[in-house]
Amino acid sequence: MEIRFEMTEDILIAYLFGELDHHSAGEIRTSLDKTMDTFRAKHLILDFGKVTFMDSAGIGVVMGRYNRVHEKGGRIFVSGAGNYIYRILEMAGVFTITELCKSPKEGIQILEKARESGGEV
Amino acid sequence: MEYVNQIRLEMQSCSENEALARTVAASFVAEMDPTMEELTEIRTAISEAVSNAVIHAYGGDRKGLIILEAALLSDGKVIFSVEDKGRGIEDIEKAREPLFTTGPAGERSGMGFTVMESFMDKLQVESTPGRGTRITMVKLLDRSYGF
Repeated sequence: MEIRFEMTEDILIAYLFGELDHHSAGEIRTSLDKTMDTFRAKHLILDFGKVTFMDSAGIGVVMGRYNRVHEKGGRIFVSGAGNYIYRILEMAGVFTITELCKSPKEGIQILEKARESGGEV
Repeated sequence: MEYVNQIRLEMQSCSENEALARTVAASFVAEMDPTMEELTEIRTAISEAVSNAVIHAYGGDRKGLIILEAALLSDGKVIFSVEDKGRGIEDIEKAREPLFTTGPAGERSGMGFTVMESFMDKLQVESTPGRGTRITMVKLLDRSYGF
């Protein structure tokens, strides 16, 4: 599994590529946490558009990141999840704590809109 | 019902083999012309079972034994089993509960059995503490489209 990052203001976008299972999850977690710390990201957008396989290890990755983002008062988005990835995340109730968007762009727009309306984001 | 084909794969309990096991399981059913959805469900359930053996049965010891078996029946039924000789499960009912985990806090979701149950048609868990665990799963491939 490969991961690519993009930073817009205080929003970190992580594009995941390949197969997310228990084997790859450890590396992904470390990489996500390190990058979030290095760039002092407040919000996180996890893009699953190019994930070709995911099992329940993916749930652990999202939930674990939620705890860290939540501590900083940030928001976490899941984007590009196809039916099958949605089904697995939904099973564990992941969407009660994270937000769902079609693309990272949409996530950024949601955050920008919240900022414009004067909310503390 | 007659067996059309059967396989048995013995592997070490290292996480690299999670991908190997699910790929073998998916290739095994390929001749039955499964749907993409069925293939994905099989790959995911096998991945969960093998991950459980790697994480829980052997707790990171890469030298444990994991056995994957698959049998194809002529009516489109596939029986998979994932067996280990590891630690075993004290309380099977508890282990099968959604969100229950003995793994590292906040990093393991406790959804492995729930995913297996919802992606396969039948799931049986046999375990003896100190002796090992055997997960048996049945998948009924949809053969009803009939053309």
